[in-house]
Amino acid sequence: MTFAVVVFPGSNCDHDAYHAVKHVLGQQAQFVWHKERSLGSADVVILPGGFSHGDYLRTGAIARFSPVMDAVKEFAAAGRPVLGICNGFQILLECGLLPGAMLRNRDLKFHCEFVHVRVDKTNTPFTSLCTQGQVLKMPIAHGEGNYYAPPDTIASLEESGRVVFRYTTPDGDRLDSANPNGSLNAIAGICSEARNVVGLMPHPERACEAAVGSDDGLVLFQSVVHTLARQGSLQAVGR
Amino acid sequence: MKARVFVTLKPSVFDPQGHTIVEALHSLGYGGVSDVRQGKFFELDLDVANQAAAEKLAGEVADRVLANPVIESFRVELK
Repeated sequence: MTFAVVVFPGSNCDHDAYHAVKHVLGQQAQFVWHKERSLGSADVVILPGGFSHGDYLRTGAIARFSPVMDAVKEFAAAGRPVLGICNGFQILLECGLLPGAMLRNRDLKFHCEFVHVRVDKTNTPFTSLCTQGQVLKMPIAHGEGNYYAPPDTIASLEESGRVVFRYTTPDGDRLDSANPNGSLNAIAGICSEARNVVGLMPHPERACEAAVGSDDGLVLFQSVVHTLARQGSLQAVGR
Repeated sequence: MKARVFVTLKPSVFDPQGHTIVEALHSLGYGGVSDVRQGKFFELDLDVANQAAAEKLAGEVADRVLANPVIESFRVELK
């Protein structure tokens, strides 16, 4: 199984994602430069964290026009799994693959710390091996992660079960003090209508080995491998 | 021709930077400033034939790139 890790000028978690996929998960990983127009033989696409184009204008605002994004949109439209992490999530919002936008953190501070997020939906390719309500400890590192969407969009996200991750206490309780950035409804991650595109602010790729403080993030990558393998075997049965 | 584009957060969107600024102003004694909204200002040099084309071009780039319609609105001035 091959994971494409898209590299924008200013990406800085591309190598973390590559390492997690290749050396921890044991799957194939390849970097795809943002000027490419093809994702090659990728089975999964990761838009990594960082500061693409220096976060100029708005986070992700310039990256959304990179040539590779047409291929990412086609890949997503075909129902294939796309994971946007941090800046990758911001790019997914800017390009319209996911709804909403990011505001500056409510305290205007850059937050670089471990947080806890609760998995509220397991029916996405990246959470299929999680249990409902499972709490994951993962780091965040962002200045603009304050998720905002108009009230009708928030209502529709909630009704259609598209809020995948929420900031909570280690016990899974949704307290305002556990919300690091002021995101509406404590939203840390959402998915697309077809559920194959997932974006989140925390960094699962930086939480894949106990030596770095947590290996809770690995389950997202294991989940997509599991989901695709299952789809593959179903297709094989179908043939 | 030049175009000036002003981008501001929509009134319904909380502006944490504007909020911090107005609090600072109040602590400096400028109680007469009741609110501050921070925005962005762009100056575009346009190579177009006439005012109508300038308006169209500036409006299009403001809508597509300079502002994020989810959280921001914009205003274009030509000169």
